[in-house]
Amino acid sequence: MSILEVRDLSHKFGGLTAISGLNMAVEDHELVGVIGPNGAGKTTVFNIISGVYKPSRGSIVFEGRQIAGKPPSLITNLGIARTFQNIRLFKELSVLDNIRIAHYGQARYSSLEALFHVGRFRDEEERVVEHSMELLSLLGIERSADEQAKNLPYGLQRRVEIARALATRPKLLLLDEPAAGMNPNEIDQLMDLIHSIRKEFDLTILLIEHQMALVMGICERLLVLDFGETIAEGKPLDIQNDPRVLEAYLGEVEAW
Amino acid sequence: MTYVFQQALNGLQLGSIYALIALGYTMVYGILTMINFAHGDLFMVGAFLCFVLAALLGLSFIPTLLFTMFGVACIGVLIERAAYKPLRQAPRVSAIITALGVGLFLENFTLALSPYPKQIPQFLPNVTWNIGDISLSALQVCIIALSILLMLILDLVVRRTMIGMAMRAISWDKFVAPLVGVPVNFVISVTFAIGTSLAGAAGVMYGLAYPVIDPYMGIMVGWKAFISAVVGGIGNIRGAMIGGYILGMLEILVVVVFPSTYRDLVSFTLLLVLLIFRPYGILGKPVSQKV
Amino acid sequence: MSMLREKLRNPIAAWTSRNRWAGPCLLALLFLLSLAVQGFELLDPYVQLILVYVGINIIMTVSLNLVNGYMGEFSVGHAGFMAVGAYTASIITVKLLPPQLIGLLFPVAVICGGLAAALVGLVVAFPSFKTRGDYLAIVTLSFGMIVKSVIENINAIGGPRGFLGMEKVTTLPWVFVWTVLSVWVIRNLVYSKFGRGVLSIREDEIASNLMSVDTRHVKVLAFVVSSFFAGIGGALYAHVLQFITPRAFDIIKSTDILIMVYLGGIASIGGSIIGAAIYTVLLEVLRPMGVWRMVCMPLVLVILMLYRPKGIMGLKEFSWFVPLRDLMAARVWRERGQKRV
Repeated sequence: MSILEVRDLSHKFGGLTAISGLNMAVEDHELVGVIGPNGAGKTTVFNIISGVYKPSRGSIVFEGRQIAGKPPSLITNLGIARTFQNIRLFKELSVLDNIRIAHYGQARYSSLEALFHVGRFRDEEERVVEHSMELLSLLGIERSADEQAKNLPYGLQRRVEIARALATRPKLLLLDEPAAGMNPNEIDQLMDLIHSIRKEFDLTILLIEHQMALVMGICERLLVLDFGETIAEGKPLDIQNDPRVLEAYLGEVEAW
Repeated sequence: MTYVFQQALNGLQLGSIYALIALGYTMVYGILTMINFAHGDLFMVGAFLCFVLAALLGLSFIPTLLFTMFGVACIGVLIERAAYKPLRQAPRVSAIITALGVGLFLENFTLALSPYPKQIPQFLPNVTWNIGDISLSALQVCIIALSILLMLILDLVVRRTMIGMAMRAISWDKFVAPLVGVPVNFVISVTFAIGTSLAGAAGVMYGLAYPVIDPYMGIMVGWKAFISAVVGGIGNIRGAMIGGYILGMLEILVVVVFPSTYRDLVSFTLLLVLLIFRPYGILGKPVSQKV
Repeated sequence: MSMLREKLRNPIAAWTSRNRWAGPCLLALLFLLSLAVQGFELLDPYVQLILVYVGINIIMTVSLNLVNGYMGEFSVGHAGFMAVGAYTASIITVKLLPPQLIGLLFPVAVICGGLAAALVGLVVAFPSFKTRGDYLAIVTLSFGMIVKSVIENINAIGGPRGFLGMEKVTTLPWVFVWTVLSVWVIRNLVYSKFGRGVLSIREDEIASNLMSVDTRHVKVLAFVVSSFFAGIGGALYAHVLQFITPRAFDIIKSTDILIMVYLGGIASIGGSIIGAAIYTVLLEVLRPMGVWRMVCMPLVLVILMLYRPKGIMGLKEFSWFVPLRDLMAARVWRERGQKRV
């Protein structure tokens, strides 16, 4: 059974149809790339899956559960996490706090225990710190734990975002243009990173990306969107030669 | 029934005053995204300036009105330059506290200069007309007509002049406007001047309608006008006008049905209900975020 | 607990640990001192009164800072919660309790005042789900005015004429206890997952939701805790003033508290204490200036904002208030990692 099944998804913003009759199935442990020209609706799909928007029509089934229109925090606690196209870290807070916040759903103590720092509070907080530091260490940024997020260079901020998403212990990870603004060297490191976190955490990954080096390098399967619908689907090498895809990208200069 | 119409006239009168003050709030908010909490106190300063000009210097109506509007505008621009301009890049809350501080300063400075409430002389002819059972006083006509006139002029300025276009440009995009040649500081000062002059005019009218004035009168009236601006949709000029009239009418007409001690209670509860159904005000639009 | 033992081996950590035990001891000493001051009149009653007001204002300021500073909202009706607490506690001590028990059961009355205020705070929390910023300001503002209006219309508790007859049970030791308790509980909340949730709402509410934070729960908690302590402050206030009117809790009072919050510094417990203390004491010290006092004070405030826009301690905190874990977590983890290697 697919871990994620999207059926007949449609979404309008006022008069503008952003998504139109989208169908998509993602199998467990797959690494699927979502590509398409700007404005094709890729981030909107992520927003709908993660619960930011309630779709105008359609169904989204995650691990057998209907999640379309459910609140974002619930969806996250069910096992879907994401990063953002424009980094949305909690800028004034420290890197460690950014990661700890994502543990909200997992820290098992009540408001009352928090008000007096009693009961399960201490142990749960210890666990949260441990897990957070481990994640930071895995991504190679544990030295920046106490730095304010806004003071980090761009590349490290992207890593913090990934660590933060991983902190929610997801089964499905949505990465929105993780390679934006990176040079080829950094893209190589990112590819290694995505491979290793996929293995380490048993993840299924959906990836929006414009950088074809990354897409071709790691995606097992591609989904091509244009004007809110799927125009092609298949293995990367097949998609490369698909006439519909070439037509959609015509006019855009992309290196394959 | 005639009682209701009579009170409706009073509501229009009060609403005109709220609307004029609300316009100042909304104009400043539209252009700076800042709530000028000293605005209500500038209204009070207008009333006191009116007193000085009319009672102490003996000027007649039109000169008093014009000089008061001009005077309050000058004070408004002075405050903007001295206290608000330096904080344009600072967190919003600092600007808010500064505004509260300026307001407190104005209240207490006026109090220090004038410890006892003052009375505005009646310098409008005491004429009333009777339409059926309803009596209409020259004062009411004057206030309502003058307010509508000022609002029409403002609407014209904002929609038909270069400076109005500049104001709208800055309110839409604060960063790009200077890049295309809009003299931001000048336009902001003009906005303050216009907005505060309207509050000054409101002060004159309030002084005529409710002749006893005191330094703390701006507080409640100011906050009510602020609520009017938000109810109409903050940043929206038409909204401020609508909001002002709604609050004015609500306040007066509520007393028709409920005991007068319930006036504030019922008006504010109804406003809250309105905000629950239209959380961004009547003409306001939520600022959509790109996720 | 193993972390604590590790810290004790590290000399720097040991020093702060030792200091950490000094804290509660110091507080206990101060409490005894306050008892002595009050019992033996070691300080002028006027000075004691000022200290009582400082304590009450600290409670009001820290509680409002939770919503306005940490959560980044703009709540303008805090005096409304204070009023609910004041009137509730006063009704209990004046109308319900027999005179012999007032002193003994005063804390019960205070807590009831807090709970009543918390209940009302719960109501204000709901509009905060859909609206933010200036619109929420209107909601809280209207709400404050509604509370005042409601009280004015209930003649059984004096209406606009006010309510009197409270015993002067708010003494320095009591205020000390309640102030320490309030600061401690709010500080605990701030340094917990809910406190971090509050901060994340201020930073980016959408991202916060997507990172598993139940923002509704957090908002409700923040408003309820904030109003609870405002109610406590109100209850204490009523029993030192011995006479309360709706006018005592109007927009001017809310503005006073706002000023103390932003003066001391947003999102800072230490800042709130400083802000409340400075504001209260300064206003008393400047009393001989008469009406010019309130002319100079706002000027000083404006000048302060021009030079230190975030307040005296904006977004910063005394390390004494911060739990050891939050201060040292990363460092301790790294050192432990090095020991393993």
